[in-house]
Amino acid sequence: MDKTSYENLTRGLIRENPTFVMLLGMCPTLGVTTSASNGVGMGLATLFVLILSNIAISAVKRIIPDMVRIPCYIVIIASFVTVVDLLMAAYLPALHARLGIFIPLIVVNCIILGRAEAFASKNNIYQSVLDAVGMGLGFTLGLTSLGIVREILGAGSIFGWSFLGENADPVLLFIMPPGAFMALAGLIMLVNKLRRAKQ
Amino acid sequence: MTDKKTLPSTLFNMALILTIVAGISALILAYVHETTKGPIQKAKDLREMQAVAEVVAEKFDNNPFAEKTVITAADGNGRLELYPTRLNGIINGMAIKTYTNKAFGGRMELIVGFSLDGRLTGYKVIDHKETPGLGTKVIEEKFSSQFRNIYPSYMNFKVRQDGGDIDAVTAATISSRAVIDAVQRAIDAYNKFSAGN
Repeated sequence: MDKTSYENLTRGLIRENPTFVMLLGMCPTLGVTTSASNGVGMGLATLFVLILSNIAISAVKRIIPDMVRIPCYIVIIASFVTVVDLLMAAYLPALHARLGIFIPLIVVNCIILGRAEAFASKNNIYQSVLDAVGMGLGFTLGLTSLGIVREILGAGSIFGWSFLGENADPVLLFIMPPGAFMALAGLIMLVNKLRRAKQ
Repeated sequence: MTDKKTLPSTLFNMALILTIVAGISALILAYVHETTKGPIQKAKDLREMQAVAEVVAEKFDNNPFAEKTVITAADGNGRLELYPTRLNGIINGMAIKTYTNKAFGGRMELIVGFSLDGRLTGYKVIDHKETPGLGTKVIEEKFSSQFRNIYPSYMNFKVRQDGGDIDAVTAATISSRAVIDAVQRAIDAYNKFSAGN
């Protein structure tokens, strides 16, 4: 793998991580990460849509007139999201029930349109897939770690496996909306510190 | 970076491309909708069937959904569905799909099981929008087991804060009350139905 490809693949993981560095897609990030498994599910659904939309947009970029590119991208992205939504409802009903309203909201996730506009519309399909995989995994990583932190603090469990007794009192705040902001702030702090230490 | 040569943005090109993109999307969506319609319905039926099997104490061999009776709730606003269960053709229990609009997240749907002597055999939440980790605890065993094998007419069917016999989920009193509200609606429907028989 040449240097550019490697760069495109790994950029989203840490250095330009969508959740912790670019702060994109905050709506699902704060909304669904009440547990680690929800974070993984949402991250993978977004990854899947991101790969499909990057491929499609990279493939049709030449025939789309500049002035109508955003409406075209949105129609393409919305179609893929609906496809994922229907497929999940049909074959993964349990996960679909938990992620519920946040699946259709992938349409307006800035990461997807952002990568379409900033990357897929300027690069070939192969590079676009690499970029989508990197960004998607970075997003999944962000959501999962946020979900893990919130689940441990707020519910006393991890991936649904409870390590506290039935009558224990975890910090409920962390699975409620304000806790999402606090946990995210803590994680961003940590990531920034690590990034600075590395430089 | 590759060159960024695209079709010129003339009115004709823009209209044409947008139409083509929308048309292809519509085709794909129509196809996926057709192919997933069956599995989605099946998944929903399966979930409700499992719920019925879980809340009804006795074994049954009929399809309770095929014999459903729809009745109007006592307050006249909603509808409840009654599914009789049978073993060898004899009714041995009843599952009732009930609802409440008083849950923290609005509407909540439950399937409640009854045995023929009017005993409550449990409930299962099939649709809800409660706060994860708080309101969702009404789904868990610790709370829901209070609704198993009880005769509702012999007990004070309210949460303890309201002077009743049910222990509410800590920090989720509204969700707990909502479950009681829905179960109470099912009990009323059951009584109405058995009085009518």
